[in-house]
Amino acid sequence: MPSALHFRTIADLAAALDAKQLTSVELTQAVIARTQAVEPRIHAFNSFDASDALAQAAASDARRAAGQARGALDGIPIGLKDVIAVTGQPLTASSKMLQNFVSPYDATVTTKLKQAGAVLWGRLNCDEFAMGSSTENSAFGPTGNPWDTTRVPGGSSGGSSAALAAGEAIATLGSDTGGSIRQPAALCGVVGLKPSYGLVSRYGLIAFASSLDQIGPFARTVEDAAIVLGAIAGHDERDSTSFKTEIPDYRAALTTHRGPWKLGIPKEYFADGLDPEIAASVEQAIAFYKAQGCEIREVSLPHTAYCLDTYYVIATAEASSNLGRYDGIRYGHRSTAAKDAVDLYAQSRAEGFGPEVKRRIILGTYVLSSGYYDAYYLRAQKVRTLIRQDFLHAFRDVDALLTPTSPVPAFKLGEKADPLSLYLCDIYTIGVNLAGLPAISVPCGFTKSGLPIGAQLIGQPFQESNLLAIAHAYEQAHEWSGKYPAL
Amino acid sequence: MKLCDPSVPSVTTTLATSSPKSVYEAVIGLEVHVQIKTQSKMFTRVAAGYGHEPNTLTDPVVLALPGALPVMNKAALDAIIKAGLLLGCEIAPVCKWDRKNYFYPDSPKNYQISQYDQPICVGGAVEIELPGSARNVMGEHKKIPLTRIHLEEDVGKLNHGATDSLVDYNRAGTPLMEIVSDPAMHSAEEAYAYLSSIRATMIYGGISDCDMEKGQLRCDANISIRPVGATHLGTKVELKNLNSISFVRDGIDHEIKRQIAVVERGGTLVQETRDYDGQTGTSQSLRSKEMAHDYRYFPDPDLMPVKVDAEWKARLQAECPELPFAKQRRFVERYQLPYSLTSVLVWDRALADYFEEAATLAGPGKAQAVGNWIVNDLLRELAAAHLTLATSKIRPAHIAALVQLVDAGTVLTHAAKEIFIEMAATGDLPDVIADRKGLKAAPTDPNELETWCRDSIATGAKAVAEFKSGKDSAINALKGPVMKAAKGKANPKLVDETLRRLLAAM
Repeated sequence: MPSALHFRTIADLAAALDAKQLTSVELTQAVIARTQAVEPRIHAFNSFDASDALAQAAASDARRAAGQARGALDGIPIGLKDVIAVTGQPLTASSKMLQNFVSPYDATVTTKLKQAGAVLWGRLNCDEFAMGSSTENSAFGPTGNPWDTTRVPGGSSGGSSAALAAGEAIATLGSDTGGSIRQPAALCGVVGLKPSYGLVSRYGLIAFASSLDQIGPFARTVEDAAIVLGAIAGHDERDSTSFKTEIPDYRAALTTHRGPWKLGIPKEYFADGLDPEIAASVEQAIAFYKAQGCEIREVSLPHTAYCLDTYYVIATAEASSNLGRYDGIRYGHRSTAAKDAVDLYAQSRAEGFGPEVKRRIILGTYVLSSGYYDAYYLRAQKVRTLIRQDFLHAFRDVDALLTPTSPVPAFKLGEKADPLSLYLCDIYTIGVNLAGLPAISVPCGFTKSGLPIGAQLIGQPFQESNLLAIAHAYEQAHEWSGKYPAL
Repeated sequence: MKLCDPSVPSVTTTLATSSPKSVYEAVIGLEVHVQIKTQSKMFTRVAAGYGHEPNTLTDPVVLALPGALPVMNKAALDAIIKAGLLLGCEIAPVCKWDRKNYFYPDSPKNYQISQYDQPICVGGAVEIELPGSARNVMGEHKKIPLTRIHLEEDVGKLNHGATDSLVDYNRAGTPLMEIVSDPAMHSAEEAYAYLSSIRATMIYGGISDCDMEKGQLRCDANISIRPVGATHLGTKVELKNLNSISFVRDGIDHEIKRQIAVVERGGTLVQETRDYDGQTGTSQSLRSKEMAHDYRYFPDPDLMPVKVDAEWKARLQAECPELPFAKQRRFVERYQLPYSLTSVLVWDRALADYFEEAATLAGPGKAQAVGNWIVNDLLRELAAAHLTLATSKIRPAHIAALVQLVDAGTVLTHAAKEIFIEMAATGDLPDVIADRKGLKAAPTDPNELETWCRDSIATGAKAVAEFKSGKDSAINALKGPVMKAAKGKANPKLVDETLRRLLAAM
């Protein structure tokens, strides 16, 4: 157990808070101090408000002193990706378009974290409108990977993964549309969970691709991820796509759900393009489960090759429509150069959006256009169904799938200038979103050069308890989560 | 382009032009937007309403703030299903939502949630009545087939100033039905009748108040012309902003004439959207077909499809009221009412219900008298006093009681009119008023009455002769002297009976 407060786990800190060995104000001060110390090198935050965080911490301490603590998250500083609305705080999506936008309302996850007593801490950097895999698409500058600040933290939730890895928060929330939680978690050596589509409300999450987006936690341990998931999951009447299901005690499930499990290894996920060191680490994880008595089966997801294409049709189509609202009329960036109403749209959007966002809006507009809809969007939806069926077919035989999270470890800032090469970073994570499944990335080693490696476990729909328990079993036997970057 | 041989006689009677060149037939389809009367907006809990301070009926969903999501208002779905049932549409088993993408400042999301390829209501028809030969003669009835009815959300409102425009989003997100007819109408009169019928149906069903001034009912028309007898459709022009029911008639009339004039001049019609200005009675082109939007419809991923099961439909079917034309037919059959009464009574559901209550209370054979009192006296009284049926002191029981008093001969017609005015003022029952004001016919001594009648017959030889020769109304001339002798208070029924008995015995 590290002595530095800012590197400790929720489970550990909650116990210390309950035992009156620590106050939330002390913890929050430690996190603020750490943030101020490392932030010039990391740039995980778009903004933070230390006095607001300390006020929340003081309120938490008052509750605890009055015997009214609200559970494990009460008083724990949690950072939010800058696509999740918090009343009175900036909500920028790392875009010039929303540079000065302050949210007048709370996302449902924000409300739930407030109800759990968490100290909402800062606005975390990301790729603009969550579009990217390196956080280099932020209008406010890239985020550095705490393990090597010349490298990317992954994306799009790179601020969330980097802040956690660097000790600038005790847990964070991100959003995952094609891997945007799991990939940065893998690249920064933390746990990242994408819940089943519909488990966590999307109300108040800036939409990138509505049918794929899910909010999920970044945490130091699987147990911490289970704690945060328990706080944010659940049906929300403000989100029609949120699923009506009982939320189990995910934390308790870590010990009540026991193996041995049947794990599937999708052969398509170990093909060309996979870094050999990552392949070796994941092979060792497979060997671990086998040694624990788990049955390991090779499975096939035959439509894997179509995932990326399918994703970039559906995600961009939805995005082109979702981003229509950023027009400079009601809020957001408004061009002063416009001549008339139509020009106001054109100029405001030309000035407000970055190149990757524009690229995706153009692509999405194209695939929805009259005469192209059937060939692209409709066909992609059909392939999406086939991709989901691949997974459900595999799940007839296995409890979960084990794969690498990312084909490559953290790469250098600016290394992948070609958008297509960047899109390939998500080849192991995208299928999960298309199928609406839960998946978790857990640290599973380091490259020889000291960069973290993540393994991905993919679970059955709404079987997060099982998924977390499987990940927890691996984590308990490995020390990866005890390593911290030397900053 | 020579369109027709002038030697072929015109067979059309529906064309709204009296020009001798009426060899063209107009083909009209209407797209009618009806705002649904719901407490809250279509996809959020904010209240729906009219006449509030600008931008007060808003929230993150209405303003399309980052991260806001729509949630379906089930009351709006109830309303459109009910509308579909009232108009005989097939109700789709699944209701799904699509996004219609276009940029305009009144559209907060820059897409409108609508229904594209799977509307909730398919088919159906609107029954219309065309003007009769006279006001009291029923006109021709027709059924205008519907293509579809779908549900969508309304947009905000732009208020243009001299140098800028302001947007009010109060209306944005109000549930809106679009009722699309087949291109099956052929005159402005039919379109007018169609719109009137839809309005009555929606008001009857409690679906909308259809106040055109408040934008609760809006109409666009697709108009083309073709030579009479042709079956193809001509080049269509969409006419927008027909924002009063008389503008609909005038605008369509104007457009038909404009199209005929273009063709007659040897010109070619272009497919376009035109804006009708009801004040000046002119129209101007808004955009041509080439400028048409590509709306990039796709299923809205934020909303789940809704299943409409038999139970749901049955519940709404049970709430469906009888529609005006059906009511009219029933009133004719059950109460033997003339068209002059039914054509007034059935268009206001409350008035029709009022009539039926009064007619039932009055008893068999008195419905027409009840109808006459309501149509001739009550409506005038309400208009004069700026009252409504609900606020009037005259209840159906008053009308029924008054009719019974007159029918029994207890009060005379001129006394009844006085009683009616007093009822309106006081709300007292007619019997009470008649007693208080001494308006009842006097209880007549049968012997005395017989004497007066014999005197009248004795002095009215001419009337007696006419009556005997078959002119029944001649008896009225004999009643005058009797009434005079009775100082106006004899029971007219008794007078009539006595005179007839005596005349028969002669």
